This record gives sequence, structure tokens and C-alpha cells, in this order.
Amino acid sequence: MTFQKVVQVLTVVNNFRLNSRHFIIDLHAPSPLPNILPGQFAQVLVDDSPSTFLRRPFSIHSVDFGNNTFRLLIQIKGEGTRHLSKLKPGDSLDAIYPLGNAFSLPLTKDVLLVGGGCGVAPLLFLSQFLNQNYVRPTILVGFRTKEEVSEIEAYEKYGNVLITTDDGTEGEKGLVVDHSIFQKERLPFKKIYCCGPDAMMKAVAKIARMHRIDCEVSLENTMACGFGVCLCCITPTDKGNERVCVEGPVFNESRLRW
Amino acid sequence: MKNLSVNIAGLHFKNPVTTASGTFGYGDEFLDFIDLSRLGGIFVKAVTGKNRDGNAYPRMAETSSGMLNSVGLQNKGIDHFCREIYPRIRHFDTHMIVNVSGSTVEEYIEVAERINELEMIPAIELNISCPNVKLGGMAFGTVPAMAAEVTSEVRKVYKKVLMVKLSPNVTSIGDLAKAVVDGGADVITLINTLLGMAIDAERRRPVLSTITGGLSGPAIKPIALRMVWQTHKAVRVPIIGLGGIMNATDAIEFILAGASAIQVGTANFIDPSVSVKIVDGIEAYLDRHKINNVSDLVGALRTE
Repeated sequence: MTFQKVVQVLTVVNNFRLNSRHFIIDLHAPSPLPNILPGQFAQVLVDDSPSTFLRRPFSIHSVDFGNNTFRLLIQIKGEGTRHLSKLKPGDSLDAIYPLGNAFSLPLTKDVLLVGGGCGVAPLLFLSQFLNQNYVRPTILVGFRTKEEVSEIEAYEKYGNVLITTDDGTEGEKGLVVDHSIFQKERLPFKKIYCCGPDAMMKAVAKIARMHRIDCEVSLENTMACGFGVCLCCITPTDKGNERVCVEGPVFNESRLRW
Repeated sequence: MKNLSVNIAGLHFKNPVTTASGTFGYGDEFLDFIDLSRLGGIFVKAVTGKNRDGNAYPRMAETSSGMLNSVGLQNKGIDHFCREIYPRIRHFDTHMIVNVSGSTVEEYIEVAERINELEMIPAIELNISCPNVKLGGMAFGTVPAMAAEVTSEVRKVYKKVLMVKLSPNVTSIGDLAKAVVDGGADVITLINTLLGMAIDAERRRPVLSTITGGLSGPAIKPIALRMVWQTHKAVRVPIIGLGGIMNATDAIEFILAGASAIQVGTANFIDPSVSVKIVDGIEAYLDRHKINNVSDLVGALRTE
């Protein structure tokens, strides 16, 4: 599957904090949006500062094709993301999108989505998309603490939501893989989609393998270009080193040699 | 109408703007963004004799006004290039030039011989300057006698335009340039990346899996300009200049320093349409300065 990629100057229509570390930015395109699927990402140019020289990749959090806007969920990690968090409505932002492959459509209705921290970003768009395809998934999302638990109502529109927090201030205490749903002898899922820190995805993939459940993960390796030419974001797979930005970011975990 | 064409070792380029190997894939990755026929040429990703997996992740570190990479010449080898890639790119209406690398002189010869037979590839660029491989690469490009040897051995089997890409990681770029010209190089391209390093202080670890890597981007432009200028004074063959070119003004600076053409590298990662914007910008510069031929600017730096 190939997509028309565009380089566009987008207009910020909304920029608000979800909590002290995460914010949401809504971007309006000057022309009708190209086809975008869940799992794909945008490469965003921060500014002309020498220390934020390269673009930053962000998963597309949700899309409103009717209004030509899409949404990014961003965690403040360094100078680049801090700068983006301060953009005001009306400001412009240069982006290349849509990039990468997408989550595949499930061949079952027994679907589990697992997201940790900022890794929940592509899962809202995915759950929206699954609903359009008559699948109502279970959505397990993990956060550090109650203050960071956010957008639960948005997820609840599309599926049955389960929550963990590291400190137990909301939902079950612990990491997503500690959730009681995984303690059952037989898991009621035939497909898992997962996005979050590598350690979390590896742990979820291990559980999936144990239960012989098909599992797709979305990687976020550091990259320079985002469209397949710098070869910096590679991950070892059953076919050798593959590009996270083109062959990924979504991989079936069974193919990864991580 | 301004004349942007340049003649390099008998090859006619429609304009002096080309794209650097390793930053432009095989060209077709850019079809969504630009019309490739607007470019003077495309230097495709390095090809070696055998498949190479390249180095382990992480391969990239962002630095001030630049980046470090340690890709390590990942490619599927010459057989795959001839069979799968060449048929896909041969019809592009611009000079498709192949960057050739290897671990041994024999490997360079093998790849060059194979590419010599590809009708639509008018030139090769010998990569004796990659800093990210243990054997070959830069090891050939930092000692004049070895640079001359690999060039002259390839010269024996390669009949078309032979370009040699030099490393900046040397004391005297002029000595290297003279050595490869003596070895039979028709054109010199420079500079490849500068050997550098990035450290994650919190983790007390190197950022790159290989510890060191190649620095590119505008951070290296002043060094690249200086080396193009010194090479222009040292040898008489045409020069293709690169190193941190982000816009048309940068490109003009390289041409004034003595480059007959330029390569756009790291800038492609940030703006995949930048190369075509540079073509337009050079034309605007010629208009503004009432100069008819871009070739009149080559080495036209006023130093008196």
C-alpha cells in the first residue's frame, strides 16, 4: 500500500495541555487531507534553532477528514517538544505526512489495544477506525499517575477501557502487563495492538506469544528523514535490517529480532 | 533565460544541482515530492560487492546544526542493484550516478566493472571516504598512496566518468586530491562526513552503537568550503562540492570556491524538495547579478 506523501505548512487551530508532560495540538491542512491510516506519523519541523535541526516524528492521534484537521498527542521531552507546546492558534507548522505503514485490519472482533504513556497516541485513531469496521476493542492504557490519566472519555466512545497507573492512584496498580486481565489462563483476544516504550512492548509481545495471539507493535526509533532514505531508524527483522519509517513503524512482533 | 548547464569531464549536466549519496535513496523515494528531471544528477546510495547489513541501531545523533550517522553502507550488493534497482531508475531524466564502495581493492574493481556495463549510468563516484566501516571506506581515502592505488585499479576497468569522493579527515586535502588525479580520477567530489562523536551524559554512554560517526549538515560547511577552495587550487579536474548546503546561497558559495557542481545532502532529510528550490535560487541569483552562465561563477571568488 502506498500513500501520497505531502510537505505542507499547516495551521495550528488548538494547542492545550493534558497534564504537566503531555499536550494536544490540532493542525489544519490548506487542502483536503491525503488518505491517512492509523499507525502512520508526521515529521514536524520545529523551528530554525540550531539545536532542533531535524524534524520530529509524531504518531497521528486522530483525524477529522471533514474539517481537514488532524491531531497529535505529544510528550514534552526536550527543547523541540517544549517549543511545540508553546505554539498558539494561528501559528504555522511545517509537516511531512502521512509517513510509514499502518496497523492491519483484524480478522477477528476479539481485539485488545495496549498503550503506555505517550504510546497511546496512535491507539485513539486505531480504535476509531476499528469502530468504523464494526470492531469494539478492549483498550488497556497505562499511565504513571492519576494526574496523567487523560482522554478516557474519548476512548470509551470506541471500546471498553481498562486503566493502570504505576502508583495505583487510578485503575489497577502497576504496569500494563501487570493488569489482572493478563492473569487469566486463557485470554479472550485473538489480536493485540500495542504501542509504548520498548520494554513494555516486548513484555506484551511475550504474553501474546505465550497465548498464541497475533500481535502488532509500533516502534519509535530515532530517525532523520522519516521517508526511507537516511537508513538511521532500522530494526532487525526476519528480513534483515528494515526501516521503521517505511516498512514500519508497525511490525508484527513475530518478525522482530529485538 | 539563464544558462544553468555545466560540463563536467565531458558530461553535460542541465544544472549544477545534484543530490548526495546516502541522502537520496535511489531517487524514487522522492517522487511524491519533486520532479526528478529538474535535477542535474542523483548520486544513489553506496553499492558494495556483497549485501551489507550496516551497523547496529542507534545510527543517528542530532547535533548542533547537524547530525552524526553511522549507517555503515547498508545495501543489498551489486547483483541486487543490477537486477532490482537499475531497471527501476534507469529511465529517470537526470544523470544517475552510482556511489561505489568496498572493503578491498578487488571489491571496488568488481562493482565498478559491473556498473561499467549499465548503459544509463554515465559515471561512478568512488567512495574512499566513508568513516563508518571497519575495512575499506575511509581507510583508502586518508593515505595518498592507497587512494591513488584504488583509483588507478578502478580506472583500468571503468571506461566512463570516474569521480572520487574524498574524506575531510586528512591533514592535507590537496595531497589526496593530487594522488587521485594521478591515479586517473576525472572528477573530485568532496567532502564526505567528518569523524565525530556524541555522548549521552545521563547514561554515560555513547549515543551511537559505533561510538563514532560521520558529522554532516551546516555545522561542517565552513570546513567543506575551505577544502573545495584548497582542492581547486591544487588540481585542475572539475570539483563537485558538498557539505552542509541548505539553500541556493550556500550552493553559490561552493561554486565560487571552485566547485563546478554541488551535492545537496543532509538538507534532503529536512526538506525533500530543497534540491529543486536550490535550482530556482541559483537561477534567481544569476538574474540578480546579470550573469548569463552559471559556469562563469566557478572559482570566481574575488581574493585580491
